Amino acid sequence: MLDFPLWKRVWLWGLTIVGLLCALPSMVALAGGSWPAFLPNPVVNLGLDLAGGSHIMLEADARQVGAQRLLSMEEDVRDALRQASPRIRHGDISTSGGRLSFMVEDPGQVDAARDVLEPLTTGAGLTGQRDWTIEVVDGTRFILTQTRAGLDLAIKQAMTSATEVVRKRIDALGTREPTIIQSGADRIVVQVPGLEDPEALKELLGQTANLEFKLVDTTALPSDIAAGIVPPGSEIVPYAADAQIGGAIAVKRLGGIRGDSLTNAQQTVDQQTNRPVVSITFDPQGAQRFARLTTENVNRQFAIILDGEVLSAPVIQTPILGGTAQISGNFTVESANQLAVALNSGALPVELTVVEERTVRAELGADSISKGAIAIGVGTLALVLFIFATYGPRFGFYANAAVVINVLIILGVMAVVGATLTLPGIAGFVLTIGAAVDANVLINERIREERARGRRVVQAVESGYREASRAIFDANITNVIAAGLLFLFGSGPVKGFAVVLVIGIITSVFTAVTLTRMWVAGWLRRARPNDLVL
Amino acid sequence: MKLLKLVPDNTNIRFLRWQWPFFIVNVLAMLAAVVLLFTNGLNLGIDFVGGQMIRTTFTQSAEAPTAALREEIDALGYGEPVIQAFGEPNEVSIRMRLPDGADTRPELSAEMTNKVTALIRQNHPDARIDGVDAVSGRVSGELFQTGMQALALAAIAISIYIWVRFEWQFGVGALFALVQDVLLTVGMFSLTQWEFDLNIVAALLTLIGYSLNDKIVVYDRIRENLKKYRRMPLPELLDLSVNETLSRTIVTSLSLLITLVSLLLLGPDVIFGFTAAITLGIFIGTYSSIFMSAPFLIWLGVTSDSFVPKESAADRQARKAMGRPEA
Repeated sequence: MLDFPLWKRVWLWGLTIVGLLCALPSMVALAGGSWPAFLPNPVVNLGLDLAGGSHIMLEADARQVGAQRLLSMEEDVRDALRQASPRIRHGDISTSGGRLSFMVEDPGQVDAARDVLEPLTTGAGLTGQRDWTIEVVDGTRFILTQTRAGLDLAIKQAMTSATEVVRKRIDALGTREPTIIQSGADRIVVQVPGLEDPEALKELLGQTANLEFKLVDTTALPSDIAAGIVPPGSEIVPYAADAQIGGAIAVKRLGGIRGDSLTNAQQTVDQQTNRPVVSITFDPQGAQRFARLTTENVNRQFAIILDGEVLSAPVIQTPILGGTAQISGNFTVESANQLAVALNSGALPVELTVVEERTVRAELGADSISKGAIAIGVGTLALVLFIFATYGPRFGFYANAAVVINVLIILGVMAVVGATLTLPGIAGFVLTIGAAVDANVLINERIREERARGRRVVQAVESGYREASRAIFDANITNVIAAGLLFLFGSGPVKGFAVVLVIGIITSVFTAVTLTRMWVAGWLRRARPNDLVL
Repeated sequence: MKLLKLVPDNTNIRFLRWQWPFFIVNVLAMLAAVVLLFTNGLNLGIDFVGGQMIRTTFTQSAEAPTAALREEIDALGYGEPVIQAFGEPNEVSIRMRLPDGADTRPELSAEMTNKVTALIRQNHPDARIDGVDAVSGRVSGELFQTGMQALALAAIAISIYIWVRFEWQFGVGALFALVQDVLLTVGMFSLTQWEFDLNIVAALLTLIGYSLNDKIVVYDRIRENLKKYRRMPLPELLDLSVNETLSRTIVTSLSLLITLVSLLLLGPDVIFGFTAAITLGIFIGTYSSIFMSAPFLIWLGVTSDSFVPKESAADRQARKAMGRPEA
């Protein structure tokens, strides 16, 4: 029990020294100094609540993904049927309730239509998994229904690319070291240290940047639009800039161009009006389609639509063949620039809504750190005195040294594993100090008891450690259970607390039980005391 | 050298003699806590009910223009904000509930936050926004749910562990003690109307962990004594166990209280509720370890033979070899 062979002592001291060395850079950093750059530099991360910054949680509307898939399926089906040879005549297309249905005019073409649709409905890369099911009712009516698996896959892909788009946009803002992680099925967490005014960021992330060019349906009468009546094949889109025609216009649903064929966007100034505009450049394919659209529709009006709202609806004067265009609208320099950033990063496949925001100024965080540090300092000092008073200079010193080393090793471990220290984490420290003290209290009380029963010094110490270890073990396991559940099921601040607790429990057993035992054993061997001051 | 001894050697307090009065006091306290929870409720923070809290410091003035601020924000149409001093008189927290309709359209709560911060920046150029917390309804519901789940799971998992390591009566006893500790602490939060937020759930979990430490130490001693003094009457044995561990219980609780009180008095405001909850919980947990953990075992039917079948022949020999008395 009190036998510590040389290799064991070397090991324990080695671990302790390594732990303390790991804590050194963090201590220097927390004290306001700077650690030489040529040395390894694991400094403990400070959470946003201590260092200042913004935490934003975005949520995607998963229903949108289904709706959009339905829409693109409709276009794909139309294309496929039109391009089939012989062409398959169809009609009465409708999309509702997550299903697409249409009729094939010639009953003899049902099998051909099925063959054409088949490739559109099998999942990419998933063997045997279908994205859509095809049903034929009443002989000629096709019903295509989205499968759960297909929808889930689509949502997953949408979230992956949304996360990528968010990353690009934040990078374009030039913010430092942002953390962008997908959380759960439909959320993205963005953390930006040092960002204290996240307004611009939120605005940028709130933009889907889904740019469309669609022809204006001039057959629709303004009075009809106001009454919500639209010609078939068209849709009503809000147009706030033009209040004269009721704040909305009708555009052709199909045959437009989507903004996903953009290669570049930037904020410029219009030569004629001297107002900020956004210049865009299409990729070759997009340029070709844009050229065709403008050539075929000279003197007609087309609408530039951003996120379902018309920015402007100019009349096409001459065909635009160069693959570049200008988006005008009611822009300021900032908003034009923001749109350019959003367009450059690509459209978000789903709309993202801010569902949680936590911003802390660095000064407030610094204030919390200094107050927390003072409180811990004073508390530890009082605790050290109390322990000395209770257990005397020798055993009090062992207990106190164990506690101080414990705190430092926790810092070191956190720095090395890259854990983040948050405000609740500081409270976790306090609790860990408590656990470390408790282990020493249990041991020392037990040694006292054994002495009171008349045991000799070495025996008392030996059985003190042995008997107390059982309770310490059980107590620490229960705390690990609590901390583990906290980590698994807690969120944000609770997690930060749990991390410190888990690390602290492990290190406190090491310092309070193993290290002190080695010290006590060494002293007993050297001094061979007949009595203990305890 | 004279050492500080808070509990004199050979202390022998007959705790079990007072088990019924203490039990009655306990039951009354728990009832009071339940009644308080139903009548007074908890002052749930925005973590759990959603809404926003903005912390602002007015850098040019000695006192925050509370009345003007309240009027201006009220005019936005989201209802009157709750404005409270936060530390210094020029520091305030502005709290607002979720706007109407935010449960189906979460973007409305983000919109509210933007409008209120813009208003503060515009009307009060000397205002420095120190912190913004905005939680939409969907997230707050989840936070509450996951917090409570973690609490319940932790209590159950720990009790199962104790059941496995000891006997089922000890597991049940620990669970009862936990329910009592948490209930009384939450009752205090209802009484004082301190804000109950996510950090408090972490505090309650800490408290569960700490309180269990205490119970395990007492239970461990009871288990040990049950094996050691086979013929001692149970009440006497329980009293002995509690007395033997009393010194440890007091010293540990005091050690923790020393650090917690300094954190309470000198630490940052942000963790006041958190530290207050743990401090309270330590008082309650220490009380229940000393006065309630032992009687529970009698009521649940622990007998002198509870650990006998577990003692193997080897253990018995070891005990004889070490010269331990049987009774």
